[in-house]
Amino acid sequence: MTHRSLLAVAAALALTACSGPPVDGAAAGPTPDGSDLSGTLTVFAAASLTDVFTTLGEEFERQHPQVDVQFSFAGSSALAAQLTQGAPADLFAAADEAQMARVQDAGLVEDPAEFAANRLVLAVPPANPAGLRPPEGGAGVPSLADILTSDVTLAVCAEEVPCGAAAAEVLAAAGSPATPDTYEEDVRAVLTKVELGEVDAGLVYVSDVVAAGDGVVAFAFREGEQAVNRYEAAVLTDAPNPAAARAFSELVRSDAGQAALGAAGFPPS
Amino acid sequence: MSRRRRDGGVPAPLLVPALLAVAFLVLPLAGLVVRAPWSQIGPQLASPGVGQALRLSLVSATLATAVSLLLGVPLAWVLARSTLRGRSVLRALVTVPLVLPPVVGGVALFLVLGRQGIVGRWLYEATGFSLPFTTAAVVVAETFVAMPFLVISVEGALRAADARFEDAAATLGADRWTTFRRVTLPLVAPGIAAGAVLCWARALGEFGATITFAGNFPGTTQTMPLAVYLALQRDPEAAIVLSLVLLAVSLATLLLLRGRWLGRTVSA
Amino acid sequence: MSLEAHVVVWRGALEVDVELSVADGEVLAVLGPNGAGKSTVLRVLAGLLPPDGGRVVVDGDQVWNDADVALPPHRRAIGMVFQDHLLFPHLSVTENVAFGPRSRGVSRAAARAAATAWLDRVGLAGLGDRRPGQLSGGQAQRAALARALVGEPRVLLLDEPLSALDARTRLSVRAELHRHLTDYAGSAVLVTHDPVDAMALATRVVVVEDGRVVQAGTPAEVARRPRTDYVARLVGLVLLAGTGAGTTVALDGGGAVAVADEARGPVFVAVRPESVSLYLSRPDGSPRNVWPLRLVTATPHGSVVRCDLAGEVALTADVTATSFAELGLAPGAAVWASVKASEVAVYPR
Repeated sequence: MTHRSLLAVAAALALTACSGPPVDGAAAGPTPDGSDLSGTLTVFAAASLTDVFTTLGEEFERQHPQVDVQFSFAGSSALAAQLTQGAPADLFAAADEAQMARVQDAGLVEDPAEFAANRLVLAVPPANPAGLRPPEGGAGVPSLADILTSDVTLAVCAEEVPCGAAAAEVLAAAGSPATPDTYEEDVRAVLTKVELGEVDAGLVYVSDVVAAGDGVVAFAFREGEQAVNRYEAAVLTDAPNPAAARAFSELVRSDAGQAALGAAGFPPS
Repeated sequence: MSRRRRDGGVPAPLLVPALLAVAFLVLPLAGLVVRAPWSQIGPQLASPGVGQALRLSLVSATLATAVSLLLGVPLAWVLARSTLRGRSVLRALVTVPLVLPPVVGGVALFLVLGRQGIVGRWLYEATGFSLPFTTAAVVVAETFVAMPFLVISVEGALRAADARFEDAAATLGADRWTTFRRVTLPLVAPGIAAGAVLCWARALGEFGATITFAGNFPGTTQTMPLAVYLALQRDPEAAIVLSLVLLAVSLATLLLLRGRWLGRTVSA
Repeated sequence: MSLEAHVVVWRGALEVDVELSVADGEVLAVLGPNGAGKSTVLRVLAGLLPPDGGRVVVDGDQVWNDADVALPPHRRAIGMVFQDHLLFPHLSVTENVAFGPRSRGVSRAAARAAATAWLDRVGLAGLGDRRPGQLSGGQAQRAALARALVGEPRVLLLDEPLSALDARTRLSVRAELHRHLTDYAGSAVLVTHDPVDAMALATRVVVVEDGRVVQAGTPAEVARRPRTDYVARLVGLVLLAGTGAGTTVALDGGGAVAVADEARGPVFVAVRPESVSLYLSRPDGSPRNVWPLRLVTATPHGSVVRCDLAGEVALTADVTATSFAELGLAPGAAVWASVKASEVAVYPR
């Protein structure tokens, strides 16, 4: 079973890697030593970015010793709400375009840039109580309908949050093979229920599966490509430290940044 | 010398903090009322989803209160009256849900009552029934979080009640159960009512344990607080409307009940 | 019907160890100061407090003993009246009185009928529908008495039944209580710190001090021949201990008292304060008991002034306000006190 699951995740990663949008031509090399940068850099970032952004933040502070990087990780919609209520930040990294659009509509950012993408996979508990698996000997990536059966207990995100919108999309595209039993408030809640074995399966992001390690097993499916979630970053128009914000944004989109994102399960954009 | 009537005057050291407390508690509600998009209220109320969530909230909070009364009043009696050893430890244990973050409470419920839980696994294997993601799970989660409020207020009422009435009943031939039913219970009825109201209000507003343990499915487990939280993700104005609806319904219910039992205690 | 009990209870530093025996139709008053352990004894008899030792026997049946018998209160045939009536506030007066019969399985109608009859007997006819809060203190205590008696208990326990009432009400309720106690066929135990209650209501008195019985007897015996300072003060006597040698008693505290009756060995001498006369100079004439003393305090006490005296013999004298004014005494003043030998009671210790 472990063997199969590793294959499944590897397949998911490989698939997203070659199906992602072409690498941005402007990808820069290592950022030159910006001795002109200093002060505090405040980054509002989607919760799914916690691990990788923390690592990148340490890297950034090493490159710019005068800069102190502060992160606020939370759900993208919560962060968007905070920003529209006047929370002070330099950079906003959202997990989907809709939340970035909210902030952009409020006139708080200009020119958001995509830096990563994420897509849904089907996560099941290691014990796989419902015995879900792709059909034997099937060619290529299976459909979600081939893996799911109608009687499984399924958790997805609520449609109000980005992962839920994507889940609704893939389920519809697969011809609604199963009805969700619960609409969770965020993707972590779905993952928790899968890890606890309280649901048979859950639709979560590839990056969450990587973060969960051995806690879950994941299967990639064809419809996942139709609902790719794009991560965007933008410097706030009234950022106290716009130069540092731009430099961090560049680091994220650099080869090193993209490699770190890739290792965390985010296919490069 | 103040000419004010003695019983009417409030000393300034009490009045000022009291007014601050009122402002602190009421202003956020006023904020909701002021910012509410009143034109949306009609359509929101008419939407079937809202009615469904509201009905589910009221039903599950009431059931949770009923369960809490059934189990919590006897527990309060044991804490207040029995000579059981380790009562203080017991009291500390049963108030744990008060300090536990509700989300953690939800996870803890999974570990016991979930499909893979200590008790839930056995139930699932024997009957195929799994508690999470059902309306019953909503009631369980709300009871877990709200029952300590009831237990603590009823225990307080029992401690404050004169135990010699129970002695008198015993000398009149009433065994402890009859004494509890016919003397203790009526004596602490106001305390039980207050505890039940507190418990009901807490259950009505319960979010963390519910969304964790019972999940969120319209009509089955999506209570008003869950609907409010999710509406907040996409449409904050709708969330304000939903909050106001919940607020209005709970206030109306509490005022109605209060009028009821105030009327009764006056005649007593 | 009878009650026999030996009650041993440790209450902190106080060891209560009291033996009681109450025959049919008898009313035993347990008299003593606050904290003497009187109410503790009563709670043990009721079964509300498990004793540390002893036994309780009602009509020859063991109700509690050291070995294996411990009947809970609701299974003992007792009735109890508490100091502050403890009528259940949520029930009507009739329901309160009917509570006992109902608890013991009597039908609702029969219990109500019995309750109504008893309310009638204690003079509360027509008040049965009221709540206890709507009764006066005296009415409430009468209702409490009806509630205790309606079940025809074998033992009636009264815990300071009159002490929460004002003086005037106490008088009428005491008379009422006396009537019902006279009619009562079982054994009654009355706990009180008021000697008047004990004298008026009891057929026998035991005096309890510091957890022990210090004196037992009929009310008249106890009043006439107190054996402790506490009882003597209660009944308004000055008690002096001494050793008799014919018609003279040498007091333990020094000095001597002449008595009319022959006395030998350890005895008590009791002097009524109103029999003590005071003079500014040594009186002439017959009295053999004359002492030069000093006035310590003087307190008005009804129509008399109570004078506490110190010197060779510690005495208390009650003199009329007029004489006190004529003597012109101030605390510390020297005064002569005399008492006739025939006014001095003497009895063995």
